[in-house]
Amino acid sequence: MTTETPLFRGTDLVKEFATGSAGPLGRAKTFRAVDEVSLEVHRGETLAVVGESGSGKSTTARLVARLMDATSGKLEFEGADVTRAKGGELREFRGAVQVIFQDPYSSLNPKHTVERLVTAPLIYQGRKIPGGARAFTRELMERVGLDPMHSERYAAQFSGGQAQRIGIARALAVRPKLVICDEAVSALDVSVQAQVINLLRDLQSDEGFGYLFIAHDLAVVRQIATRVAVMSQGAIVETGMRDAIFERPEHEYTKTLLKAVPRINPEWDARRRTAEAARAGRPTEAVRDVVPATPDTEDPR
Amino acid sequence: MSGTENTSPESGSAPESGRGSGPLLSVRDLTVSFRTAQGPVNVVKNLEFDVPRGGALGIVGESGSGKSMTSLAIMGLLPKGGTATGSVRFDGAELLGMSEREKRRIRGDRIAMIFQDPLSSLNPYYRVGTQIAEAYLSHRSGVSRRQARAVAIEAMERVHIRDAARRVDHYPHQFSGGMRQRIMIAMALSMEPDLIIADEPTTALDVTVQAQILDLLDEIRGETGAGLILITHDLAVVSEVTDQIVVMRAGETVERGAVEQVFSDPQADYTRRLLDAVPRIDDEIGVLRTTEITLPHDSAVPGTGRSTR
Repeated sequence: MTTETPLFRGTDLVKEFATGSAGPLGRAKTFRAVDEVSLEVHRGETLAVVGESGSGKSTTARLVARLMDATSGKLEFEGADVTRAKGGELREFRGAVQVIFQDPYSSLNPKHTVERLVTAPLIYQGRKIPGGARAFTRELMERVGLDPMHSERYAAQFSGGQAQRIGIARALAVRPKLVICDEAVSALDVSVQAQVINLLRDLQSDEGFGYLFIAHDLAVVRQIATRVAVMSQGAIVETGMRDAIFERPEHEYTKTLLKAVPRINPEWDARRRTAEAARAGRPTEAVRDVVPATPDTEDPR
Repeated sequence: MSGTENTSPESGSAPESGRGSGPLLSVRDLTVSFRTAQGPVNVVKNLEFDVPRGGALGIVGESGSGKSMTSLAIMGLLPKGGTATGSVRFDGAELLGMSEREKRRIRGDRIAMIFQDPLSSLNPYYRVGTQIAEAYLSHRSGVSRRQARAVAIEAMERVHIRDAARRVDHYPHQFSGGMRQRIMIAMALSMEPDLIIADEPTTALDVTVQAQILDLLDEIRGETGAGLILITHDLAVVSEVTDQIVVMRAGETVERGAVEQVFSDPQADYTRRLLDAVPRIDDEIGVLRTTEITLPHDSAVPGTGRSTR
């Protein structure tokens, strides 16, 4: 642990849902979806929270974003307690923390233009739009790889990958410090998914924001995470640096999870690279440009 | 024939067993088109492939590739306005143009289909045992209800549902997603089909459950000698389960051949780019090499829209 204040810290987060009304003896039955979860996200890093359905990972994301209040536990943002923040304080927090959801179509109003969608968070926060809405939108669209001339188009007119880019542009509009990606690339076709992963990485290295990356797909997590927390039945069972978790998992559940992931035979991959290099008349090493996802991958926190 | 033939030494001689000769399923020049206001649109074009007896073929592609329409065309279940031309021969019999009655006899009985979402294929108001037995009874004459129930229990045991004799009387909502998919497979199995068509059978499932279901499909294929067509967007899944593969894009066949051959030396540029884009769990690839794949967008054509989770 460093002494540096993390961007975000959640301590002993608990979320209970009522599963039935109180009986004659008083206490209502509850289901504990999140069970004493503690996590930290630092500037410029990606904490991936992985788990299967019902593990509590999405509920955790909602608690962190304050889209839902925790039953107990503490949320700190840049050292300040935001667990019960209200009014102006909450608005400020919401400006610094943005969420990108799984389904771009259901999180974007199809009847709104890109300009309206992208500037909405600023208008909601009563902020001035720097340089005017049109120019602002176009600049953001360019940054996420969309044609800026399409700023007057409606969300429904874009493909899934493009719509997700609009979602990202909207998250960027308020210049957030923490971006929560809740299965943000899960619904995308593989080629589009790769583009969006690359975009998320590029934006992080430019802006230095922290990601809380909620995902069920471990291969995707391997491509983007700095650290990984594995959740099962509401609790974090194991957490550690990305490569340590993937190469030397300790918890039985993590091992089971990793073993279950379908794999393309690495030998086939190697042969493909050799064949490709021969086709291109280049040595094998030159085929792939390997660029580290984050500069401080090995920094032990 | 469009696309690239990727042949390896071993792909020519498929293992053949059981009755009849020639492949179990032979698809030739299959074209599926839909009438739209702008005229007919082909969603599957000149598709060709064989499934040998006991063989497993994977059809992979991204959304809009036509992979699901292919399975519906084989089953004769195309949505309204869709027509299939070409030839689909199953064990020597031509399926296209077959009467509805004949088709119904083959469907379920000799060709079984497993979909992505088991919940939408199961009736919530009936016990699962009743539903398996019902499917069995509708295809077998002279079978008593008691016998059908025994078949249902046996089928549930074969897909490793514990305590099948008791669980047979439970309703679909009392099972988890993975268990429901097992029930769908049990339903398919009770017919002792020669061919199983599984369309994204594990896409909605957790990864540990997916592994179990894929193992189960493999086990069943080994035990019964049934052929398998696995339709999926997931290249890793197809690489583990099938021996032959067809890569589709916007209705066209991009490449086909033995899985190992296609994965280790893809001939088509699209296959190469697709393989590049798949994140690998064993390695951080660095910048995922990507490709702008623009598809002819036509909202007038009904999508199957099943490939989401």
